[in-house]
Amino acid sequence: MHIKKSKSRIAFEIFNTLFMLFLIVITAYPVLYVVFASFSDAGALTRLGGDMLYKPIGFTISAYEKAFANPNILSGYMNTLFVVVVGVTLSMLFSIVAAYCLSRKNAAFIRPANILIMFTMWFNGGLIPMYIAVRDIGLVGSLWSLIIPGLINTYNMIILRTAFYSVPDSLVESARIDGAGHIRILFSIMLPLIKASVAVVALYYGVSYWNSWFNASIYLQGQSQKWPLQLILRQIIIMNDTDSMMQGVGAGDKEQIGESIKYAVIVIATAPILCVYPFIQKYFVKGVMIGAVKG
Amino acid sequence: MANTKKINRQLHSGKNASWLKKDLKQNYALYLLLIPILAFYVYFHYKPMYGLLASFQDYSIRRGISGSEWVGFENYERFFNDPYFSRNIINTIRISLYSLIFGFPAPIILALLMNELTKPRFKKTVQTITYLPHFISLVVICGMVTNYVAADGFITKIVSALTGKNIEESLLNDASMFVPIYIVSDIWREIGWGSIIYLAALAGVDQELYEAASIDGAGRLRQTWSITLPSIAPTIITLLILRMGSLISVGYEKIILLTNPYNAETSEILSYYIYKRGIEGAEYGLSTAAGLFNSVINCVLVLLTNWISRRVSETSLW
Repeated sequence: MHIKKSKSRIAFEIFNTLFMLFLIVITAYPVLYVVFASFSDAGALTRLGGDMLYKPIGFTISAYEKAFANPNILSGYMNTLFVVVVGVTLSMLFSIVAAYCLSRKNAAFIRPANILIMFTMWFNGGLIPMYIAVRDIGLVGSLWSLIIPGLINTYNMIILRTAFYSVPDSLVESARIDGAGHIRILFSIMLPLIKASVAVVALYYGVSYWNSWFNASIYLQGQSQKWPLQLILRQIIIMNDTDSMMQGVGAGDKEQIGESIKYAVIVIATAPILCVYPFIQKYFVKGVMIGAVKG
Repeated sequence: MANTKKINRQLHSGKNASWLKKDLKQNYALYLLLIPILAFYVYFHYKPMYGLLASFQDYSIRRGISGSEWVGFENYERFFNDPYFSRNIINTIRISLYSLIFGFPAPIILALLMNELTKPRFKKTVQTITYLPHFISLVVICGMVTNYVAADGFITKIVSALTGKNIEESLLNDASMFVPIYIVSDIWREIGWGSIIYLAALAGVDQELYEAASIDGAGRLRQTWSITLPSIAPTIITLLILRMGSLISVGYEKIILLTNPYNAETSEILSYYIYKRGIEGAEYGLSTAAGLFNSVINCVLVLLTNWISRRVSETSLW
């Protein structure tokens, strides 16, 4: 491979590398800024007035102390954990069973069931009819409203269905002759074969439960003790409601401290995802491929 | 497939009942498993479709569909005659089009450039970092945007330095800045993630084609134009169809998080209108009517773009 590169090729490669470095900086910097600001001294941060930060100024963890002292943050964390753990478990159970059933070919009612479910991807009732359905079943005001209405995400279910399709029929047939029922076939024979797709879908559900806030804002209106972390976050960083965290702080200091608390809260809410992200990144990427095959 | 044909044949040969009995006997366990799944879809997907009837009513939550008064097309008339109707539609299409023009090619260009990187570790690093923002929640992204474009935010300072203008309030308060902020933050969040699918397509291009082309004297640019782009064209077209199909379905979540009374002129879109009238204003009938309008247009657009693409390029979604 000692082909001499042309001048224009070298120039392109330098440009390309510089462009990628630039991209890394503009992607990472806004995130790093949050981290720096969260550890910065509130007063110094205000005096700086939004200039670029390259490191925390006057390192302190007082913003984190104040954030964790706030009961809303803690309850938000607990609510989010509940929704993520219970939600992912139930969603996976229902999605796996749905995908398994819909991938069977030798039963007459599976095709109509497939059509019935696929149709919902093109057409839906919309926001208000959905709200009314959730309200009618008595879920409004309950944490379950964040799980049950979105129990099966049809896109995720299709990823699993595609995986089930790829398992050879002969395998299922021979298990069936040996007397295995659907539950046995599904859980002891097929699931181990498609565990990569199962992992991918579980991660998709996990991230979407962790990041969701909108359903809570309509189904849990005014019940902030039941809110997940993201909705608390919205209250604090977008609606600028940091007052609840600063009982006993003088009015003059409030604005300053509020700024750094905002950044600390963002870090608190995002850190879990950022911590697991490097380890599970390849699964996510795999998921895009699986989804793409379906096309 | 073969089985369905067999079933059809049996259906037409009049062995209806016995066939049904046999199928149920053979598959009852499967159907039992399917019941909770269908129950979910019927209640949370089909019941809301039935709930669309509320758009023809002066709907009251207390009285429900059966008890509310029917008003014909009154909600639709109100929706179409709303002074903001055309503004909301234009805003929706504007955001869609700009995100199509700028947001759609961005990951393609990034994938092409990434594909030219020669050091695997550097490539990996670029990928890891650019995929990351996709996983950060929308609330956090919009929170960062709100802070960075505030009067004293660092992005505001950069914009002010570049344009030479003295900016004294948040860029979000400037209606003409809303769409750029929306689009740029979207690209920032999704460019890396969006490139994955193109990188996969690029990895599948036959390397021999490049060798043959370079023997024939084709330069790099020429190779990209004549080999790479045609090879990934099916992927591009498929994703383009999906994009076109959602021309009018700009989500409300990001709008809710970024809108304010000063930028309403450009930020209020159809889905936000549905949210505002329905959830905040409790005008259920009106909001449902607007929602149905939105759903129908979406559905038509998806079918239409699929039909066109099947005609033009033999690439279709189904």
